[in-house]
Amino acid sequence: MRDLTLEIAAGETLVLLGRSGSGKTTTLKLINALRAPTTGVVCVDGKPTSAWEPHQLRRSIGYVIQEIGLFPHFTVERNVALVPELEGWDAARRRIRAMELLALVGLDAAQFGARLPAALSGGQRQRVGIARALAADPPLLLLDEPFGALDPLTRAELQREFKSLVRRLGKTVVFVTHDVREAMLLADRIALFASGRVVFLGTPMAFRSSEHPEAQAFAAVLDQ
Amino acid sequence: MSLLDFLSNNRGEVLRLTLQHLGLVALSTAIAVAIGIPAGILVTRRPRLETPILGAANILQTIPSLALFGFLIPLPFLGGIGARTAVVALVVYALLPVIRNTVTGIRAVDPAVREAALGMGMTDGELLRMVELPLARGVIMAGIRVAAVVGVGVATIAAAIGAGGLGVYIFRGVATVNDTLILAGAMPAALMAIAIDAGLAWIERRLAVGGWQRSADNT
Repeated sequence: MRDLTLEIAAGETLVLLGRSGSGKTTTLKLINALRAPTTGVVCVDGKPTSAWEPHQLRRSIGYVIQEIGLFPHFTVERNVALVPELEGWDAARRRIRAMELLALVGLDAAQFGARLPAALSGGQRQRVGIARALAADPPLLLLDEPFGALDPLTRAELQREFKSLVRRLGKTVVFVTHDVREAMLLADRIALFASGRVVFLGTPMAFRSSEHPEAQAFAAVLDQ
Repeated sequence: MSLLDFLSNNRGEVLRLTLQHLGLVALSTAIAVAIGIPAGILVTRRPRLETPILGAANILQTIPSLALFGFLIPLPFLGGIGARTAVVALVVYALLPVIRNTVTGIRAVDPAVREAALGMGMTDGELLRMVELPLARGVIMAGIRVAAVVGVGVATIAAAIGAGGLGVYIFRGVATVNDTLILAGAMPAALMAIAIDAGLAWIERRLAVGGWQRSADNT
């Protein structure tokens, strides 16, 4: 990755779009310090990531990955309230928070709270994954192809709900995808990655009329 | 004299040797767990230590047990004649399965689960305590089970250096070409191995309840 300069405004949804291996996920991991830049600085909330205590930084950022990574030995409720648990909230408060969040992502807490992840469908698991990322009310959410492994109908459903949820909560979102339709639907701005560089940065509208060959290649998919 | 006659005529001694045997196995397995699990965890944190630690445990494992007892006798502190030396030798044998299964169990944790844990802000200690060890429990327990069962067999040789246990009958039987005596040592040892295996297997199943290894996160 070279020459990466990105400024993400509070409250915006920035979609990192690109082929596999173009550097989107690496960029995302630079933000929560799962990767460290070899040169340059990444600032979160005005403070370089290197100056944060890594686990404190990550607890203040919601993180969702495609494989979800729910803890298979924890109930749904404990999964959702994990960051509050790490932060030392008492059990009653965690419980209330888990119920709120499950309701927020459209799951019935009474029905699902006590289940283990293995007893959920893919779409339900991803809802739990999103609820878990929101648990400590982080201002920033990082999502790495969160809907990539879902069937098309469930994916469309979650995309719509996610969009309205983000708007309602006013979160800043960085969203990685290789699906240009998903990017067009969710993005305030799109950053198009090609071999480790950002080759386009702008609104979905501007993206459609971009001259860059990679942008045109992606835009062509939209017209199919 | 039949085996059953011998056992019932010598009830007291049989019981004493059996308990002594069980004691050797229990103590050495406990020590191996206390050393092996931390050593295994260390290997997962410092991959560079994998070759020296697992390599050493592997090599120790290949020393024939009678020879190992012999080597230990002249050593100060660890060696000598008696139970202490036997426990040291048994620990040496029990270490490999415990270390190896600890490493395997922790490494088998789904990488996505580990990434999510770190991405959500778990410290390394929290990752280990809340995620890796609970998920690796079944595999670690299986290693302890192997260690204990192997220990029952190896402990019969401890009688050769005066540590007692059921091997006393076996050695005496071999020396006097008396099958009944050999069986009087071997049968209770075999039963003990089976009982330990079954008991630990039961605990292992209890620990893995819910079947939450891996399978869970595939859509």
